[in-house]
Amino acid sequence: MQVQNPFPLSRDELLTVYRQMRTIREFEERLHIDFGRGDIPGFVHLYAGEEATAAGIMHHLNDGDRIASTHRGHGHCIAKGVDVVGMMKEIYGKKGGSCNGKGGSMHIADLSRGMMGANGILGAGGPLICGAALAAKYRNKGEVGICFFGDGASNQGTILESMNLAGVWNLPVIFVVENNGYAESTSRDYGTAVDSYVDRAAGFGLPGVTVDGTDFFAVHEAAGAVIKRAREGGGPSLLECKMVRYFGHFEGDAQTYRAPGELDDIRANHNCLKILGDQLTAAGIISQSELTKIDEEVMVLIEHSVKEAKAAPFPTLADLTTDVYINY
Amino acid sequence: MSTITPIVMPKWGLSMKEGTVIEWLVEEGCIITTGMPIIDMETDKLANAVEAPDPGILRRKVASAGDLLPVKALLGVMADQDVSDAEIDAYIAAYVTPVATDEEDSSAQAFQYIEVDGIRVRYVQKGGSTGTPVLLIHGYGGDLDNWLFNIDALSEKAPVIALDLPGHGQSAVKLPAGVNLVAQAGFVVHFLDAINVTRAHMVGHSMGAAIASQIALDAPQYVASLTLIGSAGLGAEINSAYIDGFANAQSRRELKPVLEILFSDPALVSRQLVDDVLRYKRLDGVGSLLVELGQALFCDGKQNEQPGLKLGSSCPALVIWGRDDRVIPVNHASNAPKGATVEILEGVGHMVQLERASEVNRLIIQHISA
Amino acid sequence: MARKISMKQAVNEALDQAMAADPTVICMGEDIVGGAGGNGEMDAWGGVLGVTKGLYAKHPKQMMDTPLSESAYIGAAIGAAACGMRPVAELMFIDFMGVCFDQIFNQAAKFKYMFGGKAETPVVIRCMVGAGFRAAAQHSQMLTPLFAHIPGLKVVCPSNAYDTKGLLIQSIRDNDPVIFCEHKNLYAHECEVPEASYTIPFGEANIVREGKHCTIVTYGLMVHRSLDAAAVLAKEGVEVEIVDLRTLSPLDMDTVLESVTKTGRLVCVDEASPRCNIATDISAQVCMHAFGALKAQIEMVTPPHTPVPFSPVLEDMYIPSAAQIATAVRKTIKGSK
Repeated sequence: MQVQNPFPLSRDELLTVYRQMRTIREFEERLHIDFGRGDIPGFVHLYAGEEATAAGIMHHLNDGDRIASTHRGHGHCIAKGVDVVGMMKEIYGKKGGSCNGKGGSMHIADLSRGMMGANGILGAGGPLICGAALAAKYRNKGEVGICFFGDGASNQGTILESMNLAGVWNLPVIFVVENNGYAESTSRDYGTAVDSYVDRAAGFGLPGVTVDGTDFFAVHEAAGAVIKRAREGGGPSLLECKMVRYFGHFEGDAQTYRAPGELDDIRANHNCLKILGDQLTAAGIISQSELTKIDEEVMVLIEHSVKEAKAAPFPTLADLTTDVYINY
Repeated sequence: MSTITPIVMPKWGLSMKEGTVIEWLVEEGCIITTGMPIIDMETDKLANAVEAPDPGILRRKVASAGDLLPVKALLGVMADQDVSDAEIDAYIAAYVTPVATDEEDSSAQAFQYIEVDGIRVRYVQKGGSTGTPVLLIHGYGGDLDNWLFNIDALSEKAPVIALDLPGHGQSAVKLPAGVNLVAQAGFVVHFLDAINVTRAHMVGHSMGAAIASQIALDAPQYVASLTLIGSAGLGAEINSAYIDGFANAQSRRELKPVLEILFSDPALVSRQLVDDVLRYKRLDGVGSLLVELGQALFCDGKQNEQPGLKLGSSCPALVIWGRDDRVIPVNHASNAPKGATVEILEGVGHMVQLERASEVNRLIIQHISA
Repeated sequence: MARKISMKQAVNEALDQAMAADPTVICMGEDIVGGAGGNGEMDAWGGVLGVTKGLYAKHPKQMMDTPLSESAYIGAAIGAAACGMRPVAELMFIDFMGVCFDQIFNQAAKFKYMFGGKAETPVVIRCMVGAGFRAAAQHSQMLTPLFAHIPGLKVVCPSNAYDTKGLLIQSIRDNDPVIFCEHKNLYAHECEVPEASYTIPFGEANIVREGKHCTIVTYGLMVHRSLDAAAVLAKEGVEVEIVDLRTLSPLDMDTVLESVTKTGRLVCVDEASPRCNIATDISAQVCMHAFGALKAQIEMVTPPHTPVPFSPVLEDMYIPSAAQIATAVRKTIKGSK
C-alpha cells in the first residue's frame, strides 16, 4: 500500500539529499584517514558532522544563486554541486583539480555552480556575497547570495559591515552562522559577547532565526523561508545553525579543549546523517536497505575519486606562472 | 634698398607656434638656392628640414642649435657680398619677430566641421574665396596634417580645402556605406556639395589620389585638374607590411618602424608624429575600421581597384612620386594617364609632400596655373 | 581637437562614457553622489572633490553611494565583478586601503590564480594619491609600491588628463583588477583630450621628453617636477629624457632599458617612500639588464623615510623638488666614468 510522505520533499529528492550528506561525510572521513597517512599536503578543515546545514540550505538554490564559503568548505562545495573527483584532485594538489592544483582545500571554487570559493580569510565572504547579491539585483532574476561563516568569523568586522551594507542596499543575502561551538580552539561563549545571533542581526535591522543545524528538515524549512523572502525583494536575513564538528579545527588538532566524553556524545547523539536516516526509515517511505545501497555507492565514488586524485599528474613548471592575469 | 633677405622660422601647419633648431645644414658664405634644405628643425609635431624660400648667400646664422623660437623668429640672414657686416648687424638688431594675431593663433578656429551623409567631417579652408580651390585628399590612415607643409604655401595662390576622410583624423569613426573607392569618391563629392564647391583642383596622396582618380571617372565636372602623389590605383602592388602593420600596430614600439616605411629618411618619424598617430588609432572603432578598409582596398599586398588606369587624357594630370617610395612602387608612375606630367623626386619616400614640400608646392602651383 | 580639459574632467568623462556604453559598469563609493537619503539635493557633492559630479543625473541606476564602510563596499565591488558586473569603486584616499586591504590583495588579486584560471574580476578601485594637499600623514601617501608588489593586481598612475581618460577606460574594460591612482594635485592640470572614447594600453610607458644625456624614470606628479628640472638642465646643455611609466604593473621595462642604453645614465624619481618602491625596483632591473650601459651610478630622488608631515613648510621639504631632481641628474653627469 502507498505510504503518505510526511516531508516537504519528494522521495527522489530525499534520496538525493541523503546521498549528498553521505557523500560529504564519506569524503571527509576519508580525508581524515588519508591526511593521517601523510598523503595530503597542507592543511584541511573537515565539515563532517555539519552536513545537514549545507544540504538543507543548498536544496533551495540553483546555479545562478551564489554562495561564499569558508575555510571549512568541502561540504558547501559538494552540496552546491561541485564535482567530487575534481575536489579530491584539488586537495591532492593535482592538475585537473577544481582549481588545477593552484588553490587547494581552502580555495575550491566553481563559479559555474555559483560556488564563489572556499576562503582562507575568515569573514571575507561577507563583502563578496554582498557584491554577488548586488549583481543579482541588477540582473533581477530573483537570484540570492548565501554567506556562510562560523561563530568565530561572526566577530570579524567584514561580517558586521556586510550585514549593514546588505540592509542599506536591501540585498538578497542570507547570512548563515554555522555555530559549531568553537572558533578554532576557543569556545563560542568566550569569543562572542552576545548570546544570540538573532539579537546581533536585530542590531542591523535584519530578521534572524536560530535552528538546530543537525536537523535537515529544520534547516530546510527555516532556509526556505528566508531565501523566499530574499528572492521576492524582502532583503537580507540571518540564519543561525547550531551544529557539531566531528573533527578538530584542522586535521591534527587533538581537540584537548573539549570536555571528556564530549566527542562521543556528539557522534552518538548529534549525528545529523543518522538523524536524517532515522527520520526517513521511521516514516516508512525509504528503507534501510535503500540507504545502505546509497552508502555503498558513495564509498565506491569516494574510492574512485581518491584513485583518480593519486593517479593524476602534478602541475608543471609551465603552470606556475599562468592564470595570474587574464592578460599582462 | 636693402638687399638683405631674412630666413625666418616657418609656420608648419595650423597649430605650430614654435620650433627648435636642431642644426644648420649650410655654412656662412654658402650660396643658397631655392628649395635647398638649410636647417634641421623640430616642432612638437614633426622634424624636418627648413628649405630656403629664396636664393642668396648665407651671411649670418642668427639662431643656434637647441634654440626654441617662435614662428617668424629670425633664423639667419642672406645678403649679397657687397652688404657690409655692420649693415647685417643693424638689420639683426632691428628685427622684431611679428606677434601672431589672435586669428592666426587659434588653431581651434581654423578647423571646421560639417555633417555629410551622416558622418561628421573635419576640414580646413585657407586662402581667398576667388578662383578654383585646391582640394587636398590624404591617404590611408592619414589626415589633413599630412599637408602640414603645403596648405599655407598653396593658399597664397588659390583657396585650399583639406579634409579628414571619414574614419580618419578627427572626422567621425565611420566609413561611407560600401567600403570601396566609389563610395569614398561619392562621399568627397557630397562633401564638396555641402561646402558649396562645384569644381576643384584635386590633389590626392596615396589612397587619396585613387579617390581623386575615381572622382575624375565618376564626376568629371568637379575636377579642374588632378595631382596624384605616390598614388594608389595606378597599379596592383602595395606594401602589405605597411598596410597591415599600420592597421595592427598597438604601441609606439610597433608603430614607429611601420611609419618609417613612409619616409626616405626614417629620422623624420618624430616621437610626436608617432604619438599623434597613436592618439588617432586608440579611438574606439578606429582599429577595426582600418582593418576593414585595408582589407577592402589593399588585401594581401594587392590593390583591388585601379581607377587611375582608366583615366583618359581629357583631364590635366600631374603625377609625382618619390624614387624611394616603399609603400607603392615608383614604377606605377609609368601607368600615368596619357599626357600627364610625371615628376619623380630623388631621395624621397612615400610622403613626398612632407619630405620635399617646397618642390611639391611649386609643381602643384605650376600645374594648377597652367 | 584642441579641446583642453582637466584631469578631473577626464575622470568624469571616462566614467560617463563607460557607463553609457555598458550597463554593467557601476560606480560606488562614499559620497560619489552625495546627499543620499537626505532631504536636500541629490548629487550634493559628486565625490569629495567633485570629480563624479553630474554623473548621477545621467546614470542614476549606475551611481551608488555607500556607507562609510570600506571593507564592505570594496569587497562588494569585487564580489559583483566576479558575478558579471564591471564595478568602479572609489576609495577616496589610497590611505584608506588599510581597512579593506584583505579584499584587495587576498581576494580580488588571487581569484584568478587560486581558482585555477576560472575567475574574472574586472573591478577598478579608484583612489587619490600623493602629498601636497596639507592633508597630513593619513591622506597624502603614495602607496603605489604596495600594490605593484602583489601579483594579480594592475596599478595605474597617470600624469595628465589625456592619459587619465584613456587609461581609466582601459581599466574599466580590462578583465583584471586595477588600482587606479589619481594624483590629487593633478586634478586641475589640463591638456588636449579627444571627446570620443579611447583607450591607452597598459604596460606602455610614455616618453614625455627626449634627451641624450640622462634618463629620468618616474610617474604621476613627479613627471611634472622632472619636466621642470629638465627645463633648467637644458639651459646647462644637459638634455634629459623623461620616461613616464603610466602603469606600474604591468611595467614597461623595455622602454626604460632602451632609454638607459641610449643615455647611459638613470635617475629614478618616486613620490613613494624610499624603501622597496618603484625607484628601487627600476634601479635593480636596470642594474641587472643594462649594467654595461651605465656610465655613472644610478641616482634616486624620493621623499625621506618618514610619514607625510602636516606643516606646509615640512610637507614642501618632504615632496621631491625639481631642484633635487636636477641635482641628481648633475651628479650622474659629474660621476660619469
